[in-house]
Amino acid sequence: MALESPGQQYLLLPVKAGFMFASLLAALGFNLLPWQDVRGVPDLLALVITFWCVHQPRRMGIGVAWALGLVMDAADGTLFGQHALAYAALAYAAQGLHRRILRFPLWQQALHVLVLLAASQLLMLAVRIAAGGTYPGASFFVGSLVAAVLWPVATALLLAPQRRPAEIDETRPI
Amino acid sequence: MEHAPPQFFHRGPAPVTRLTFFVLLSVLLMVLDARFRYAEPMRQLVALAVYPLQQLAIAPVSALAHTREFFSTQARLRSENAELRGEKLKDAEALLALETVRTENEQLKRLLAARERLAGDSIFAEIVYAGRDPFSRKVIIDKGGQHGLVAGAPVIDAAGVIGQVTRVQPLLAEVTLVTDKDHAIPVQVVRNGLRGVAYGSGDGTTMELRHMAANAEVEKGDLLATSGIDGVYPRGLPVARVVRIERDAAYAFAKIVAQPVAGTDQHRQVLVLARMDDTPAWSEESGRGARKSGRVKRPPRKGE
Repeated sequence: MALESPGQQYLLLPVKAGFMFASLLAALGFNLLPWQDVRGVPDLLALVITFWCVHQPRRMGIGVAWALGLVMDAADGTLFGQHALAYAALAYAAQGLHRRILRFPLWQQALHVLVLLAASQLLMLAVRIAAGGTYPGASFFVGSLVAAVLWPVATALLLAPQRRPAEIDETRPI
Repeated sequence: MEHAPPQFFHRGPAPVTRLTFFVLLSVLLMVLDARFRYAEPMRQLVALAVYPLQQLAIAPVSALAHTREFFSTQARLRSENAELRGEKLKDAEALLALETVRTENEQLKRLLAARERLAGDSIFAEIVYAGRDPFSRKVIIDKGGQHGLVAGAPVIDAAGVIGQVTRVQPLLAEVTLVTDKDHAIPVQVVRNGLRGVAYGSGDGTTMELRHMAANAEVEKGDLLATSGIDGVYPRGLPVARVVRIERDAAYAFAKIVAQPVAGTDQHRQVLVLARMDDTPAWSEESGRGARKSGRVKRPPRKGE
């Protein structure tokens, strides 16, 4: 089972901090696009935070996730601290579960991620309802589902720079 | 996690400790924001830092919209032009009548020595994007504190009231739509002058006229306009049209549902009106300070 998971198949190159930063920034940029309707749009920033917490738990932590959450709050005009709280909890859970998650094949990893993302959204929902909001309907959680489906794609893209070819080929571009 | 790591594997505080710290910090911030509004300076700082990235994200989308506008077919433009010309003719007549009524009104007011409400300059703005928060109904406009916007200013489009500026950042501002759950606006039924307060219902499309007696004289199709008694919205701006009335003998109040007349979701261009000020005198300094570039100037009124 362990051999099927892409992270364990062969040794990966060490991750570059610059690439982690760039991927988080790109995900933040995606979230800042002027979405007219939030339903069904995945929270890519949450997905990338989860990804780095699972794959690089020593480098990506709760503090960074919290700070990115604050940025989301300021940009979205939501309750200040709502995303920060949700992302911090998400990072904690992902860090705690990273050994377990990586033992599973990709689609089962995605199921874990779905639960994590939905739980973080549930946290946001609880906070907003405590602050006097109304339940926006079950479609609120569709974004998490879409993000979980994107987990294999994210894995393929974000691990690509760390993959070393099996045979070193000098003429290969990457 | 089952045993503490040796000293030479130093990893800082335990994850649970970190989580507790950041959760407490978030809760503190949220309480400050929701209850006391103390988090505003920090929010503005973060918002300003992320502004370039936000512009970068918005740029391709707005460029696409502008390109589409550019390539709109000539036929459509011509028909629209004819339509607008017709409308202008119609409006001109009404405008002339209005002008006479306004001068008359001003004279009467002067006779009564009533405090003349000063309408300042209005600011033209464009909606950058709709708020992404599914719990509230907000839009972000491209003018902010730098352009002289203040929180509380009413925002209208060609058809009626859209909402109110609720948060001003240096370069952007947040407008809470009339359909937001936390938004209330004092209105008057145009037909008979009955006053009430309309609240957003939170579902994004309708408003509710609350606390009206079950036998209140409101009919389906009635137009609700601002009553102007709150000192924020000028009097007489159309707000919503009543679409449904449920009178249940079991309740003291009728459930009156209205639909906003302004295109809260369709239009890009809006007008931010100067906040009405009921202070008696408009001092020279504040008058000069408020005049900045980028504003649509009103034609000077008589006696100015």
